[in-house]
Amino acid sequence: MAQVDFVDELTPGPAVTQAPVQTSWVGHRQSWLSLALGYLGLAACVALIGLPLYWMVIGAFKTTAEVYRMPPTWLPATPTWTNFVKAWESAPFGRYYINTLIVTLFGSGFEIFFAITSAYAFVFLRFPKREWLFLLLLAALMVPNQVTILPNYLTIARLGWINTYQGIVVPGASVAYGTFLLRQYYKTLPLDILDAARVDGAGHLRVLWSIVLPLARPAIISFGLLSVVAKWNDFLWPLIVTNTKDMRVLSIGIYWLMVEEGTIDWGVVMAGTLFVVLPVALIFLYAQRYIVEGIAAGAVKG
Amino acid sequence: MVRSRRRITATERNEYLLFLLLVGPNLLLFGVFTYWPLFYNGYLSFVRWDMLAPIKIWVGLDNYRYLFTSPEFGTILWNTVVFTVSAVLLTCGIGLLMALLLNQPLRGRVAVRGIVFSPVMLSGAAIGIVWIYIFDPRYGLLDFFIRGVGLRSPNWLLDTSWAMTAVIIVHVWKTLGYAVVIYLAGLQAIPRELYEAALVDGAGTWARFRHVTLPGLSPVTFFLVITTVLAAFQSFDIIKVMTDGGPVNATTTLIYYLYEEGFVGFNAGRAGVAAVVLFLAMFVFTLVQMRYSERSVHYA
Repeated sequence: MAQVDFVDELTPGPAVTQAPVQTSWVGHRQSWLSLALGYLGLAACVALIGLPLYWMVIGAFKTTAEVYRMPPTWLPATPTWTNFVKAWESAPFGRYYINTLIVTLFGSGFEIFFAITSAYAFVFLRFPKREWLFLLLLAALMVPNQVTILPNYLTIARLGWINTYQGIVVPGASVAYGTFLLRQYYKTLPLDILDAARVDGAGHLRVLWSIVLPLARPAIISFGLLSVVAKWNDFLWPLIVTNTKDMRVLSIGIYWLMVEEGTIDWGVVMAGTLFVVLPVALIFLYAQRYIVEGIAAGAVKG
Repeated sequence: MVRSRRRITATERNEYLLFLLLVGPNLLLFGVFTYWPLFYNGYLSFVRWDMLAPIKIWVGLDNYRYLFTSPEFGTILWNTVVFTVSAVLLTCGIGLLMALLLNQPLRGRVAVRGIVFSPVMLSGAAIGIVWIYIFDPRYGLLDFFIRGVGLRSPNWLLDTSWAMTAVIIVHVWKTLGYAVVIYLAGLQAIPRELYEAALVDGAGTWARFRHVTLPGLSPVTFFLVITTVLAAFQSFDIIKVMTDGGPVNATTTLIYYLYEEGFVGFNAGRAGVAAVVLFLAMFVFTLVQMRYSERSVHYA
């Protein structure tokens, strides 16, 4: 499995034994020139992607005067925490965190639950029109959420769910991508173990809970993390379905903070963006391997 | 005999009930929030309705006729094409170069991969805001570099001829890491024997890249083009945060227009047309891609 090699390589630690496939465009032998070019390229990648991120972090620690200084300073001359305090005080970020947590936990919870159970049904249960129903589910992948926002807004409004958690969560609770991903993974599980359990009298729910779930853990974690990140960052739907300050999520909160403070104090706004970005950055640092594996699994299939 | 047959039907019925329990809610939600909206969008595109009044007036093709003859809508379609094509070409092109580089046995590449991929994870709204700060023509980081080479920075986000470029830069910057991950996975999936065979045949670096790497990458490229097109079609948060579709519609894409007509202008009919066009464009595109891929994709 290609994506497994890839993930092994990404994992720091002594377990890395797989030599990378050589596709050098300079030559199969590493000359000093190719090495120099290689490291120059790495430096360019770091500068290109890393600099804006660095600028966000460093901006949050600069005083108002320093933010507007030209030429810019690469390290804050007098690092300050006041931007964080100001950002926290100028918007109810505590409330935003709670809202975002609730929406993310329930949104991803539903997605992960539906993916686990739907994939099980499509792999291990026999029922009429199974393939047809699976196609119906897959076809939903071709309909982006954005196309459905207007009718869904009307539905949510009719249900009286504007400015509610269920209004944000329920329309996005169903899952096609995760079902597809886990179905692919379930298919690789050793059937002997499952058959043995069935012969021993275990029912489907029992097999799902105590055999399939533990075996499929890596795939479930990968998909779960992608789902959590997507829900945490979601912008368009929460923007439409909420219109009171106390129901805003972090991504909407930071947008309004920028609209209100933007031209006045970039330090405060950068501190606010860090509030939004930090939890995801921490998750990413901790579980990079699983996230990357989940993304690569969708692309390379046998 | 009769008893055992009855037992089989009972198990079948149980499996069917279990299926309803396991898949039913998922499919039901798709029905209500994905499939039904497709039809309802279609219906809305034929009415005039300001969403505040209770009356919907059937106007037939009037909304379509209005939009397809208005220069404004032409601009919006053109913007969508420009945004999508540039985003896909740049993301896939630079992504491939970065993946080839990060596949080399260089020290520190694992850390660099992490950095390159990290923007993919971060909130588009937050990223857009950081870039407004960077694009600022008076004290932005970018202006500092542009002055460094002796030029003057345009007023990126307020200049009709530069705003689209700025938005594309940020979108590509954010999605690049995704292409890199996909291409790295694709590179690792190419069997090493192919390279060894090519070496034995005396193939040079370019020949190996041209005849082994590129064909080997065609399935992932195909996958990547589809996903980056869909991502570009749906890109909203960056545009909303950075330009609000402006200046003077310069960055209004189809999805942004749909949002604006529906939720700022309360014009359900025109938003409905935009949704129908967006969906049809994606649908036709996917079909064409599938046709094309049968002939051009080499499965290594």
